Amino acid sequence: MVTVAELEHGQKGVIKDFSNDILPIKLLELGCLPGNIVELVQVAPLNDPIYINVNGSHIAIRRTLAKQIEIDIQEDPKAI
Amino acid sequence: MSKNINVALIGNPNTGKTSVFNALTGLKQKVGNYPGITVEKKMGVCKLPNGVKANILDLPGTYSLNTTSLDESVVVEVLLNKNDKSYPDVAVVVCDVENLKRNLLLFTQIKDLKIPAILVINMADRMSRKGISLDVAALEEKLDTKIALVSTRKNNGVPRIKELIADYASLSADPNVDTSRISPEYFSRLQKAFPNEDLYKLWLVITQDVNFTDIEKKRIEDATSFSTKSKTELKKLQHKETVLRYQFINNTLKETYKVDLQTAKGLRASLDKILTHKIFGYVIFFAILLLIFQAIFDWSTYPMDFIDEQFAIASEWLKNTLPPGVFTDLLAEGILAGIGGVVIFIPQIAFLFLFISLLEESGYMSRVVFLMDRLMRPFGLSGKSVVPLISGTACAIPAVMATRTIENWKERLITILVTPFTTCSARLPVYLILIALVIPEGRFLGLSYQALTLMLLYLIGFGMALFSAMVLNKILKIKSRSLFMAEMPTYRLPLLKNVGYTVLEKTKSFVFGAGKIILAISIVLWFLGSNGISDDFKNAESIVTQRIEEQGLTPYSKNYIQNNLDGYSEEGKQDSIRIMTPILKERARAQEIAGYKLEHSYIGYAGKAIEPVVKPLGYDWKIGIAVLTSFAAREVFVGTLATIYSVGSDEEETIKNRMAAELDASGKKPLFNLASGISLMLFYAFAMQCMSTLAIVKRETNTWKWPLLQLLFMSVFAYLVALTAFQILN
Repeated sequence: MVTVAELEHGQKGVIKDFSNDILPIKLLELGCLPGNIVELVQVAPLNDPIYINVNGSHIAIRRTLAKQIEIDIQEDPKAI
Repeated sequence: MSKNINVALIGNPNTGKTSVFNALTGLKQKVGNYPGITVEKKMGVCKLPNGVKANILDLPGTYSLNTTSLDESVVVEVLLNKNDKSYPDVAVVVCDVENLKRNLLLFTQIKDLKIPAILVINMADRMSRKGISLDVAALEEKLDTKIALVSTRKNNGVPRIKELIADYASLSADPNVDTSRISPEYFSRLQKAFPNEDLYKLWLVITQDVNFTDIEKKRIEDATSFSTKSKTELKKLQHKETVLRYQFINNTLKETYKVDLQTAKGLRASLDKILTHKIFGYVIFFAILLLIFQAIFDWSTYPMDFIDEQFAIASEWLKNTLPPGVFTDLLAEGILAGIGGVVIFIPQIAFLFLFISLLEESGYMSRVVFLMDRLMRPFGLSGKSVVPLISGTACAIPAVMATRTIENWKERLITILVTPFTTCSARLPVYLILIALVIPEGRFLGLSYQALTLMLLYLIGFGMALFSAMVLNKILKIKSRSLFMAEMPTYRLPLLKNVGYTVLEKTKSFVFGAGKIILAISIVLWFLGSNGISDDFKNAESIVTQRIEEQGLTPYSKNYIQNNLDGYSEEGKQDSIRIMTPILKERARAQEIAGYKLEHSYIGYAGKAIEPVVKPLGYDWKIGIAVLTSFAAREVFVGTLATIYSVGSDEEETIKNRMAAELDASGKKPLFNLASGISLMLFYAFAMQCMSTLAIVKRETNTWKWPLLQLLFMSVFAYLVALTAFQILN
């Protein structure tokens, strides 16, 4: 299982599912829905939190939360 | 006269909602709190083109009607309670053109409440730069609304909003999305149980943590005609609702909203690379902090000295103009000084909020949160507490006010409670004089002991703040979601108008909110310090005068006069000496009377009464008095000792020498020695001795419970630490 926490700088992925049923609704509202593309924009200096772009929303989340979002990594960023 | 229209201004954070509010209402704004809670309530009046007036209510920013904080609950409560007098006739939903998709989620929810809604698409001036094209007419039709394209930065489109508000009666109040589709069976049962209620409203009451709506939650829970669902099931349905809404929005935008990614070139990526860089990120942040410190410590001293001077002049003028008496004293020394004590904080508050609002408006603040989050986490705090905590090093008052940006109530409360531990600038004069008195000169690795002590005191303050945050995080039983999520908004040039409004509003809220309490306490302290019940107090003047006649001035006063005259004799100005001698004698007499009076005032007796309590800390009753009066503001410590020792408080060197000469009870050792000095510094480091901070904490937490607990805990802790230090060192 690959999650958002495993993305590398600049890498993108498509959201598949959530490992936790009660993922905060706020995350969904910001566009974190299955099928949407998520990109890792920045990692904070101490490796946490991470800063992602999902569906046009730029948000910072902690790794614990990122681990709950399953994705398919898009190997070639240009393909999107 | 026709009734004013109620308009609710709603929108996601970072959409420029506040700019729209400012553009609509100008300076006709009123900021208060919602009854019983600490959420800010911003209201303003706007005159519409048809002559009708509109009451604009600026609701807290929210991503949706699914509430996770107190601020968001307020939004839902206002929208659900038809009987409330601020229930909106029309909602104005503000969106950012770049984040239209996400912003529309909230819009569809408002529409589904059947409140007529106007869509304001803000930041329209950025469209061409971002390669965005929009078919407004088609979008209006699909969303069943009227749209105003606005750019508050370029001052475009605001009249159109006003026209649409004036014409609100013609707006459709039909919903966008049929929520019942997420579970037709559940919703039909719900409708059967409550045939007269609106389904979406019922749904919100069931799923949201809200009070004061016209539909009672209990009524729904008690209704047995349909089975209630478990929390997890409801959560799943909420997820489905969100997906459904996004489907509608995606369909709506497919044909009306286009982004040409080729033209979209962002400042974001390149700025983020530098501002959140592993090294430069911190360097820049600390440089900005330094600038803020410079402003609060240094630049604000000019206006503060000016204010101080003006109040001294005014007080003097009052005393000379009005007939002497109790009333004049109350006015000149009690009330006026009290008001001065409030006004004196304005420069620091204004400077801090100038910077904070610049940082927030530009989008940089979120990057600070991002950079610092990991460092704060071990203490149960997040990156959002960093700026308030660090501002506390200047002054706890604006720092406590700055915690409003922390959405999580538990985190905010902890930050408010621990901020007063950080070394504020009022502790500095106390530290400096004590360090000079008790810490030996000398160097350790090239650094002077005195400088090291000062640095250690700063570290102790900050460390204690973090440590107590960790403890509070464990013991405070406040239900709050520990979800950390920060939107990283686009970088923007701050709008000076918004910055100006913020500074003005924060200053006003301090002066009128906390100012009253500060004024009241300072009048009480003044009264206690300048009144006494005993004959000694009433006859202070004759007693001291008689003593001077019989025994002459105290050795200290003689020294004071001699020192002042020395300057003249060196220059051989005999005339000056002749003129100055009686003036200095009179001054010395007045100082001795003032000292005698303070000693026999209510506060003087209180100081003597607490002597047994402070003795184990190495203090005498005089220090006891100074500790008590420090409650008005810590820096008063030095001035009070000056009065008690009957020295003019104008020269620090004089006070220091006088303090150095003071002997302890045994009469062999200086009163201010290493043990008592360190005990005193530690006491000042930890004790809650600032009524202004207590007043602002009361205002920000809306109860006396927290400031009183703070006072109790910090003072007891300070006492124990000082006690231990003195007993060990002595």
